[in-house]
Formats: sequence, C-alpha cells, structure tokens
Amino acid sequence: MKLLKCVVRPNALEKVKGALSALGVMGMTVSEVKGYGRQKGHKEVYRGAEYNIDFTPKLQIEVVVGEAIAERAIDAVKEAANTGNIGDGKIFVVPVDQVVRIRTGEMGESAI
Amino acid sequence: MRSSPHSVATAGRGTRSRLGYVVIGLACWFVPDVARADGLDSGDTAWMLTSTALVLFMTIPGLSLFYGGLVRSKNVLSVLMQCFALTAMMTLIWILWGYSLAFDTTGMEANVLGLHSFVGGLDKALLRGVGIDSLTGTVPETVFVTFQMTFAIITPALIAGAFAERMKFSAMMLFMSLWTTIVYAPICHMAWSGDGAFFWDKGVLDFAGGTVVHVNAGIAALVTAVLLGKRRGYPDTVIPPHSLVLTVVGASMLWVGWFGFNAGSALAANGAAGMAMLVTQVATASAALAWMLVEWMKHGKPSVLGIVTGAVAGLVAITPASGSVGPLGAIAIGLASGCLCFWGATSLKQKLGYDDSLDAFGVHGIGGIVGALMTGVFVAESLGGTGLAEGMTIGSQLKAQVVAVLFTVVYCGVLSFIILKVVDGLVGLRVAEDEEDRGLDISLHNEQGYYSEV
Repeated sequence: MKLLKCVVRPNALEKVKGALSALGVMGMTVSEVKGYGRQKGHKEVYRGAEYNIDFTPKLQIEVVVGEAIAERAIDAVKEAANTGNIGDGKIFVVPVDQVVRIRTGEMGESAI
Repeated sequence: MRSSPHSVATAGRGTRSRLGYVVIGLACWFVPDVARADGLDSGDTAWMLTSTALVLFMTIPGLSLFYGGLVRSKNVLSVLMQCFALTAMMTLIWILWGYSLAFDTTGMEANVLGLHSFVGGLDKALLRGVGIDSLTGTVPETVFVTFQMTFAIITPALIAGAFAERMKFSAMMLFMSLWTTIVYAPICHMAWSGDGAFFWDKGVLDFAGGTVVHVNAGIAALVTAVLLGKRRGYPDTVIPPHSLVLTVVGASMLWVGWFGFNAGSALAANGAAGMAMLVTQVATASAALAWMLVEWMKHGKPSVLGIVTGAVAGLVAITPASGSVGPLGAIAIGLASGCLCFWGATSLKQKLGYDDSLDAFGVHGIGGIVGALMTGVFVAESLGGTGLAEGMTIGSQLKAQVVAVLFTVVYCGVLSFIILKVVDGLVGLRVAEDEEDRGLDISLHNEQGYYSEV
C-alpha cells in the first residue's frame, strides 16, 4: 500500500478527485496548507504597508491506494494537477505498513 | 451678534451647534422643573431619540468591528472589550460629572473670559435639575444628555485604535476616565456650551465635533502611540488585519450611524439636519473614491481596506462642516481628506516611525484638522455654504478655526501626555512581553475570539 501526499493548487481539487474516483479510489483526506517551493510568494498591501507573503495557499490531498493501482493513481494526479507552470505542486509517495478500519477491525488493503 | 434664536435660525441655525443657540432667548432654560411642555417639539424629539441610538450604534458595534477586524485574531476580543467597557464607563462618568463639566453654564457671560469659558461648573453633577420636564431647546434635556453622552463614549473609543494590541486594560480604563474629565469635557464646553465659552465667543464653527471629537481623539491617539512605543515586531514582521470582512461591516455601520452624529447635531428635525445628512453622504463618498484612486495609482490596486478607510476619513472631515457647507464644499472636503489621510496613515506614519496601530491619528487627527480648517472656507455663501456670520470674512473665520485647532492640539497633547505619565507611574501602561506575544485576549481576558475544538 502507498500513501500519496499530493500538494496541489487549490483549484485542482475537483479534477484530481475526479481522476482518482475514475480509478476506483473510494476516499481521501484534504487539508488547506501553506508552503513554498520554487514558486515565489506574493505581495499584500494594507494601508500602504507592503508585506511579502512567502507562503502560498495549497491543498494537500492524502490518499492511500493498493499496490495494484499505485502507479496509475500517481499518473492520474500528475495529469489532473498539471498546468505546466511553476507552483503545480508535488506528490510524495510513502509506503504504508498497515491500515485498520476502526468500525470493523478489518486490516490491510480491504480496509482502505 | 446672535441676539435671538430666530436670527440664528435664518442666518444659519445650522452653522452653530449644540447648546449655544438654544440658550439664546431661553435664559432660564436650565432652571429645573419649570413646566415648559409647550416648548417641546415632538418631531425634533423623535429625531433626536433616533440620532442618539444611531450614535451609540457607531461605537457598539460599528467602531468595535471596524477596529476588531484590523487587529490580529489573538487580540480581537481585547479591542471589542475596550469599546464595550468604555461605553459603560463613559455613561456613568457623564451622569456623575461629565455632563456638568461640559454643559453647565453657570457664571458664563458672552465675550467675558473666565474659568467657565473653559470648563463648566458642578451645578449639574449627578444630573441635578434634569427632570422629565426640563428642555434643551425643543427637546427634553434627558434626550440632550443622552445624545451628548454617546459622543463622550465614541471619542475615547476612537483613541483605542492607536494603542491596540499592547496596552493594559486597567491602564486604559484609568487613562480614559481621567482624559474624559480633564480633556474631553472642557473642549466640549469651550465649543458647545454657548455664550461665554472660549471657542464659541470666537465664532468657531464646529457643528458636530471636528475639534471636540476628532482632533481631540487624534492628538491623544498620537501621544499614546508614541509613549507606549511600537508593538513587538513592528514594522518588520507581518501584522495584517485578521478580518477585513469585520472591518467593512464596521465601517458601513459607522457610515450609517454618522447620520445621527451629524444630522442629529442640528438638535432638530429641520433644514439644517437635512443638509447635514446630504453633505455627510457626499463627503464620505468623495473621500472613499479619493483614497481608492490615490492608492490605485500608488500601489497598483484599489483595496477594500483603502476605500473603507477613505470613507471614514470623509466622515471625520465633514463632521465640523456639516452644518456650514453645501454639497460643493462637501466634495472638496471629501477629496482633500481622502488624499491627506492617505498620506497621514501611510507616508507620514512610516516617515516618523510611530506605531499608530489602526491609524487613529492618521484618520481622525488629520481628517479632523482638514475638516475644521476647510469649514472656515466653504461656509462662505459664494462657495455654496450657509454663509459667514455677520462681520466675519473667510480670513477671519479661518483664523478662528486655526485658533481652535491649535488650542485643542496643544491642550489635548500636553494633558494627554501628563495623564499617561501619571497612569504609567500608577499601574504601568504596557502589558508584559509574553502577554503581548500570547495576545491580549488570552492574557488579559482568559478568552479567545475564535474557539477551536482542537
């Protein structure tokens, strides 16, 4: 099993969700996050005081998938979130030891 | 000069304000319990009851939200608390001695300079003699007392913008109780208590509180900001407003409430009130657009905070003028205040390096001075105003306005400084560093504005 931590542009959420659903992915966790990479921050001005804001708002989508579809899921996200511009985000792929469904106690891929 | 209420009424009843003109011809108006039910005008009274509620609404929740949105989320409650507590405290001070110091006319005589040209006596302390039948002009004195009380509430609350995010609550309460007594009430008396009062006898025009409210609050704000010192991290770290939504809501409430402030200052439902309402609207719109355009040119984008701050600057500047100028003057005053307050809140503040957190001086101090001075020009009939008083020229009127502004700046500046030093000695002005870092909501009030489950 793999955990995909996908940091993407906020407006990419619907496309990414649609692409993953098409592969049969049944659930995901989404958080609003801020960060920076190669994309520069932006300027904000309040009554003439200019602030350089380094952290850009992004969404972090966390999804766990079985080995069988892991590669296809990564490609799906990569395609859905790509605009070709700096700031499209990153996908971190992390191995997952175990998944437990709390309600039933199921474990492993059937608990995803 | 101003020999009867009628001449004042026609030559521009609206050009003067408050007690002054209603006192004329009602020599014994302050004698209690004299049946004068025939002098009461129910239309005037209805409008003054409404205006009073509108002006209270300006402070809670108008100004509270305007300021509350501008601070960081960890300090939002402290600002709301300051405004709310001041509302309660000023109410009692006004009843106990404030109203008397401001509006008692004992021992006053036209053009005779004495102690009571500067401050009222204590004959009306605890509202002695103010009963159900006492009148001020054509409205019950109870209504006049309450209307004036709402001005005594908002003026200190305006100062809160300068010391937000770092002043001790106890020091704030102590400072404000002394400031209202020693600074606000006397300046109010000099401007509005009628014949024998210092500004009044000089023919100063201050319809709704340019010197009394805005120059006064603005200067006290500047002194407080300088004495308290900068907020930790200012200006290097980012201190953006936490909710411009609250700020826009608050500014909009201020705009609406200001109709009570300015049109209510006619103390009647008449033509002067109508014109005051019109010019208030026009000046505010002009200033909002002026600020927006200047900022757009200078920083590349028109900002929401900019346009609402411009509106407040226009409201401030038209305040002294609202009984004296016409729509043309209102446009001029609006444009000037929008541009000059922008300069005050941005360039001047950065250049001089003081931390006026929410620009109480930049908006109210600068805007009040701009309005007070321009009133002296645009009162002229040739410029669309209600006309200069007999024997006055634009030059002499402007001189009277300058004297009132300078006197207020010096009087308020010096006394605010002394009061702050005394309060600093007694309880200390500023919270501890770790309290400031944690935010005043938690450290001073044990609460948070936005509770999170995690």
